[in-house]
Order: sequence, then structure tokens, then C-alpha cells
Amino acid sequence: MKKNEVPQDKSSLSAINMKELCYATDENGNYTTALSEGWEPKTIALTNAMEDINERIAAAKIQVQQGKISPIAYYMELHKMDIGILASYVGKWQWQVKRHFKPSVFQKLSGKVLQQYATTFGITVAELKNSTTN
Amino acid sequence: MQLDFTHHQSAHCENGVASNLLKNNGLAISEPMVFGIGSGLFFVYLPFIKVNHAPAISYRPLPGMIFNRMARRLGITIKRQKFGSEEKASRALNEKLDEKIPVGLQVGVYNLTYFPDEYRFHFNAHNLVVYGKEGDNYLISDPVMQTVTTLTTEELNRVRFAKGAFAPKGQLYYPIHIPKDIDYKKAIHKAIRQTCRDMLAPVPIVGVRGIKFVARQIRKWPVKYGNKKANHYLAQMVRMQEEIGTGGGGFRFIYAAFLQEASVLLHNEQLNILSAEMTAIGDSWRDFAVQASRVYKNRSAQTDVYNTLADQLLDIANREEVFFKKLRKAI
Repeated sequence: MKKNEVPQDKSSLSAINMKELCYATDENGNYTTALSEGWEPKTIALTNAMEDINERIAAAKIQVQQGKISPIAYYMELHKMDIGILASYVGKWQWQVKRHFKPSVFQKLSGKVLQQYATTFGITVAELKNSTTN
Repeated sequence: MQLDFTHHQSAHCENGVASNLLKNNGLAISEPMVFGIGSGLFFVYLPFIKVNHAPAISYRPLPGMIFNRMARRLGITIKRQKFGSEEKASRALNEKLDEKIPVGLQVGVYNLTYFPDEYRFHFNAHNLVVYGKEGDNYLISDPVMQTVTTLTTEELNRVRFAKGAFAPKGQLYYPIHIPKDIDYKKAIHKAIRQTCRDMLAPVPIVGVRGIKFVARQIRKWPVKYGNKKANHYLAQMVRMQEEIGTGGGGFRFIYAAFLQEASVLLHNEQLNILSAEMTAIGDSWRDFAVQASRVYKNRSAQTDVYNTLADQLLDIANREEVFFKKLRKAI
């Protein structure tokens, strides 16, 4: 990539005045560095990823409201986690976390376990429990 | 308390931290040199591991390896420590700062508050330097940022003890010995040989063969997984390639910069010619990203567009195969 080809497409980085460093060649073919404001293909990939996450969050929310899954599954999506990551945060096996997705199991969870999930999601136990209503 | 430390922005976090820590210890070494001597260029396709619900593709070796290999080849000793508790980790960090030693930390990205929201995902192999503490604020030099920043004790603890794959466990590291005379020639020879060996490895998911494997898989994605999933996989591939540590084009440009620097050090003109060739291959990786982004932006999953992309990737793989065979002979 030549230095004058380093992309300067507006991105979420521009919004916070952040620029990325790129390696590029000058007119004599010698390597130098240049700052980039962003690159459209990257922005498109990011937007796509965010849309995907938002769809997952919305779908989980509906399922919680319908009583099909517990709020834990919703908060997992909200925090861009998957079962493996959530399990390591709360120090449980993946099958245990999956079980906690069942509303009937969730109802019977002890205060201690609920607290572990609440801490992981940065909310209170009350918020975790009541999230079905809002 | 603020230590004497100069922040230099870099394209990739691990190279940047290594280069910044060594520069701070009086060894002028560029980011491309760190990347090249650490044999940072790599490719592995791990379809059985899912990252963000898509098959994992890594354009680099395991976290920490670039710095470790580079250190070993240059005779530098690095001390690395992991901790069982936040208290111990904090105490060790504060002790080092009291001793006026800036330290590198491995951290999770998700809770790095100074990143834009969409850049914050669960990736635990990010690196930064702590070079001081003022009140409750740690002074942070994150090499991918233009300027230095700060994190509170609580924020720093959270990123040091992020969970999941590559959990940092509070890991900190710093160089403890840098030899006076460094034999760059020998190190560069070893490093280039390893990169050629990795990229030409007779393993179906590694190096050039790995890239060819992905190219074959891409053709099948729309039929096998349907429109939505195929597009998601492709978008994730571009994210891993161009955003998460600048894997595809970005790494090729850093490697080309390394070859150029090495060509001067080794008085080997052939390396400079190969540097230009690597730059052209890097440009092709970027063209691939442009084409791929069009495909999933338009939500198109016709097999012909996927076939075109696969052809493009296959062409890159073939060119890299020729390139690394030439590079192996050039040193």
C-alpha cells in the first residue's frame, strides 16, 4: 500500500479522534508509517457484527418475555458473550450455565449463584430477576 | 508517580509493547523488526473453534510468542508473572512501578473503557504498558492508541482478570536483561527460516495450505449454511483479517517493512525485491477484504460471488507459496 492510498474513510474511530497506524511505502518504495481515520470494508464488517449482536439481544429479550429462557441468557447476549465465556466468568461448567437458562431452574437458583451472574453483568440481583418485566 | 517512558504508536499491540519496552531500555528496535524476528506472520484456520459464532482464523502465532521468540533470538531475557488474585497482581505491579520499571500487561479488550464500544469484544490477548500511577489512576501506554491514557485501579483489575480463552490471569512482563552486542544477522536468518517453514508447513490448516483450505470452504458456505450464516462467516473473516490486529494486509505490510530493514542490515538486495513483492501481496489481501465487504453488505450469497472470492483467495495463497519458497532461498 502506498502512503497516499492509506484509507481515510470516516469511522467510529473518527468520532473519538482516534487514528490507526499503518505501514505504507513512500514514492521511492521505502517503508514509512501513516495514520488512517478508518477503512470502509472494516466499518462494514464491524456494522455487520454489531447488527448480528443486536439481533441476538432482541431475540433473547423476546424469549425471556415469553418465559422460554431466563434473563441470564439475555444478559449473556447483551455483554457479547457466549456460553463458554460466561461459564468461565461465573466459574461454572457450560452445561450448568445452559441449565440456568431454563426459567424453572433459574427460579430456584440460590442467592449466591445469582450474585455471581449479577456481578459478571455489572448489575444487582434484583435487576437480574426483574428484567423479565421491562 | 510517573516513570520516564516514551509512547510510540504501533500497528499491532504485541509488537508495539515489545518495541516500546525495549526502546525504553535503550535498545532501538522498530516494530517491523520485532514482528519479523518474532516470526509474527502466520496463518491457521480452526473451523472447530468458534469465535463470535464463526470459525476461528488466526493470522498470528499464539499471544506472547512474537515477543518470546524475538527475545530468545536476540538473547534478551523477559520475566513473566501470572497471579492467582487481584491483590497479589496489584501489589506486584505497584512494586515494579516503585522500582521505576514500566511493565507490559496482557489484558482483555472488553472492559477497556477508552475503546469505542464496537471495538470492545471478548478478546484477551491485548497488550499495553503501565508506566506510572497518579492517585487511583494508572498511566497507560496502549500501543494502538495515538496518545497515552489512564485506567482506574478497578478498571485495570477488571481487564487484567478478564476470563475466557487466553485469560491473562493478571500477567505482567518486563525485560530484565538486554545483551550489549546483539547478533541481528543470525536472529534474522533464524526468524525468516521459521516463517517460511510455518507458511509452507505440510499441515492442511496451517500457512499457505490453510489459506487454500479456507478458499475451498468459502465455496461451500452459501450452500451448506445458507445466506445469513455464510455472510456472517465472511464478515467475521474480514474482521479477524483486517481489524483484530491487522492480520491480512496489515501484517504483510509490516513484514515487508521488516524485509526492507533486514535487506539493509544483511546487505542482501534480494530481500528488498521480496519486500516489494510482499507489499503487492498485502494489497491483494486488502482487495479481497473490499470484495468480501461488498458481498455481505449487499447480503448476497449467490454461489458465483462466493466462488469469485474463493478464486481471489486461492490466487493469494498460490502467490504466497511462490513467495516463501523464494524467501527461503534468499537467505
